[in-house]
Amino acid sequence: MTAPIIEVCDLVKRFDGFTAVDHISFAVPEGVVFAFLGPNGAGKTTTIKMLTTVLAPSEGRLMIAGHDPVAAPLLVRRAFGIVFQDPSLDDELTAAENMELHGVLYRVPRVDRRRRIDALLHFVGLWERRHDYVKRFSGGMKRRLEIARALLHRPRILFLDEPTSGLDPQTRNQIWEFIRNLCRDERVTVFFTTHYMEEAERVADQIAIIDHGRIVAEGTAATLRQRTHGRTLEDAFIALTGHGIREADAAPLDRMRMMRRAWRR
Amino acid sequence: MSAVFILWLRQLKRYFRSRARMIGSLGQPILFLLALGFGLGPIFARAGRGNYVQFLAPGIVTMAILFTAVFGGIEIIWDRQLGFLKETLVAPVSRFAIVLGRTLGGATVALIQGGIVFLVCVAAGFWPAHPLLLPLALLFMTLIAVMCTAIGTALGSVLQDMQGFQLIMNFIVLPLFFFSSALFPVPDRAGAVRLAVRLNPLSYGVDGLRGALNGGFAFGVATDFAVLGTLAALLLALGAWLFARIEA
Ligand SMILES: Nc1ncnc2c1ncn2[C@@H]1O[C@H](COP(=O)(O)OP(=O)(O)OP(=O)(O)O)[C@@H](O)[C@H]1O
Ligand SMILES: [Mg+2]
Repeated sequence: MTAPIIEVCDLVKRFDGFTAVDHISFAVPEGVVFAFLGPNGAGKTTTIKMLTTVLAPSEGRLMIAGHDPVAAPLLVRRAFGIVFQDPSLDDELTAAENMELHGVLYRVPRVDRRRRIDALLHFVGLWERRHDYVKRFSGGMKRRLEIARALLHRPRILFLDEPTSGLDPQTRNQIWEFIRNLCRDERVTVFFTTHYMEEAERVADQIAIIDHGRIVAEGTAATLRQRTHGRTLEDAFIALTGHGIREADAAPLDRMRMMRRAWRR
Repeated sequence: MSAVFILWLRQLKRYFRSRARMIGSLGQPILFLLALGFGLGPIFARAGRGNYVQFLAPGIVTMAILFTAVFGGIEIIWDRQLGFLKETLVAPVSRFAIVLGRTLGGATVALIQGGIVFLVCVAAGFWPAHPLLLPLALLFMTLIAVMCTAIGTALGSVLQDMQGFQLIMNFIVLPLFFFSSALFPVPDRAGAVRLAVRLNPLSYGVDGLRGALNGGFAFGVATDFAVLGTLAALLLALGAWLFARIEA
């Protein structure tokens, strides 16, 4: 049994007194596909931001690929690739240029870079469109390009924050097939979020469910179904997180916080 | 180093690809050159100050560099809103390298823009008095470009969105320009305007460039160089420090 590649211990993130992530702990073994599920505003993206050195935790310990993101951000950044929830491509560059820029930033040696960019663009079906500006791409094409880009430097961990949101079923299937092949071929650990429960049920080896910043359940799709006597993971998810719409009660609070911040400036 | 280069290259590609932006930002300096240069020219001459277009041209070149450079730096805000900024923030590259690449890229674009405006000035009747001093002029243009891009980078790192844009334009960029002796000579007698001009870092850029192109430095070439060089370095450091604190 090797040490887990992601280790999270009592992690907390507060924004202006509001606790978005509230003492969560979990571990992800290497090579596993890990689904991090939860309703809107549960704290998924905030957690990913802390794991990927973008946000500093308020409290708690983190270990990513053997390094602490706070103490050694550059070592951690080398170890993961990420597809953010929101787009992060340069629209005014071509697909190939976006890849090249990433490869140079991550210091992938030139010859390997060329070969890898070609292979990945073929892999995600964008080879023919490689010299097109990204602003001419559809949402699905952009997503595929972002996934290819995140893999360019051969990361050990791939973070995917809702990689399939807003995509048609064909593209979603294609993306998951692609990611599963990847785990098999390159032994990448995948940490993803999604609101499509059937995707998580199909793809994930392990699942954690977060709600109001706390982890409410952990296990495989099967154990979560058993625990809640649900037929599907979706049943289990709803049983564990309730039926109410989460953002409805968070939104007015958020708005007040924003106004307070604006006034303080 | 390669990270600095690729981010510099990105900035240049974006510049050469958007003709509209390129031509649009030439409009203002050319308008100033033509309207003020030929409108106020006769009065300037009657006051015994010589050819106004000749006097004005270095100021207009500085203006082109100032505007292009500050907005090149502020592009960080666009990158934040359109998302690309995150890609650089999680890359295994020091924040200083990112700021340096962006700033040098923005400064290069501003320098090209300044060069184009220089040629327009020549077409309008301007001619450098000491062609041998052109490299010195280029050096001052570069220092102005780096300093102004660093101002933009610092502002772009602090501001969350483009809402502060008017604020920056009216309370930073335009005052820097109007009180820089770009349009009028440094006043001989002490007063509020002379104080403002002397406190304005851009004045030393205008003076250095005007001295190199027309002869005669109001503050002295060594002073101009020292002030600009020091401020460019300090602002770059400030920009890097502010940028390093960005949390996406
Ligand atoms: N920068 C911030 N300042 C203040 N509050 C924030 C900030 N970022 C996130 N939050 C709040 O933290 C909570 C968790 O947000 P987060 O983005 O992590 O949710 P999520 O689980 O990713 O939701 P979704 O499924 O909608 O993407 C929300 O209530 C959100 O409003
Ligand atoms: Mg999210």
